[in-house]
Amino acid sequence: MFKKPVSSSGKTKIKSSVQRNIRQKICEQFPLLEPVIDDVLPKKAQLDLIKAPEKISLYALDNQVLFFQHHNDAIMPHLRVVHKYPQCFPTVQVDRGAIRFILGGAQLMCPGLTSPGAKLPPPEGNLPEGTVVAINAEGKEHACMIGVLKMSTEDIKKLNKGNGVENCHYLGDGLWKMDSE
Amino acid sequence: MEAESSAAGAAAGAAAAAADEGFTVAPLEVVYCGVCSLPPEYCEFGATVKKCTDWLESNHPRLHQNLYSSEALESKMGTMSLEAQQKAEKDLAKKQQKEELRQEREAAKKKSSVIIIKRVERTKRKYVTVVSGIEAFELVYKTVAKEFGKKFACGSSVTKNAAGGEEITVQGDLSDEILEELVDKYGIEEDNIRQVEESKKKGGGG
Ligand SMILES: [Zn+2]
Repeated sequence: MFKKPVSSSGKTKIKSSVQRNIRQKICEQFPLLEPVIDDVLPKKAQLDLIKAPEKISLYALDNQVLFFQHHNDAIMPHLRVVHKYPQCFPTVQVDRGAIRFILGGAQLMCPGLTSPGAKLPPPEGNLPEGTVVAINAEGKEHACMIGVLKMSTEDIKKLNKGNGVENCHYLGDGLWKMDSE
Repeated sequence: MEAESSAAGAAAGAAAAAADEGFTVAPLEVVYCGVCSLPPEYCEFGATVKKCTDWLESNHPRLHQNLYSSEALESKMGTMSLEAQQKAEKDLAKKQQKEELRQEREAAKKKSSVIIIKRVERTKRKYVTVVSGIEAFELVYKTVAKEFGKKFACGSSVTKNAAGGEEITVQGDLSDEILEELVDKYGIEEDNIRQVEESKKKGGGG
């Protein structure tokens, strides 16, 4: 989504009623984030909407993007938020070999998630298709990508080919570089 | 947090337990690389590894030790096959070489580039100052215009010149002040800045 630098056309304040809806949607999507949602998104804080090309909305607090969303799809966290609260997001792990492809913006293929260096949840923790996941990497402490599962984690194990996770946001992409400038 | 990261399940369990007991999870403080902006453990995949490593060593020596000690370097290849390692290393070396060349070119370009500060007489004794050429020094017009406005408490905006390029127009006669600011704050060599004057003919409304 952010292979190119993000060009925004200014920001607007989000009404508190809309802000409540966004909060609620985030909590529904990431139940583990609920205990800390007041730290991530303080109730009284003014959230800003930054419109990016191709129907992408960025939700920012004090000029730092915290979440983003394409059209009305799932809301996704900025990697910085995942780095702060890693335990609050469903996570899968890729092997070391996949890292450089991810950082180049490539889609995540199933074999990178099933090889010995990778980790997927056990069968009882199956994550369904469409889940927003953080991608960790073999030997690394912090996540390097945010994506959406193109098939359930059990199907990734079974099929083990094709695109497993859509690469929506990765370290060093346009969104990442946006406010470090 | 341990280097072995991915105990996602266990961590998630901990968060759930924390939620049950009504206390919150403290946010992790993450260090980001001052050169490439990624978490330092990912610097090795970028094109500026050398600079990144130096930065880390002088700013976060312990983290540097953790990441670049010989044991760490030995164990980090993990489960990667030798063949895949070699391929990755080759590609990275290429990338880094390209980046070095790019930086050399850029440095050369910078040496020969000039920022022009032009004092323009608008009406009798009213001046604007127009700054152009800053893009060669990796400065962004919009950002610098804003900063000039704040610094000099005056109108400052990005305008298009006749050639279609960008320039900053600052309201007021601030040629010397801008020169000083470019040198002090933005680290531009004085040799790369030129001050010029353009006075409009009297009566030539503009
Ligand atoms: Zn770095």
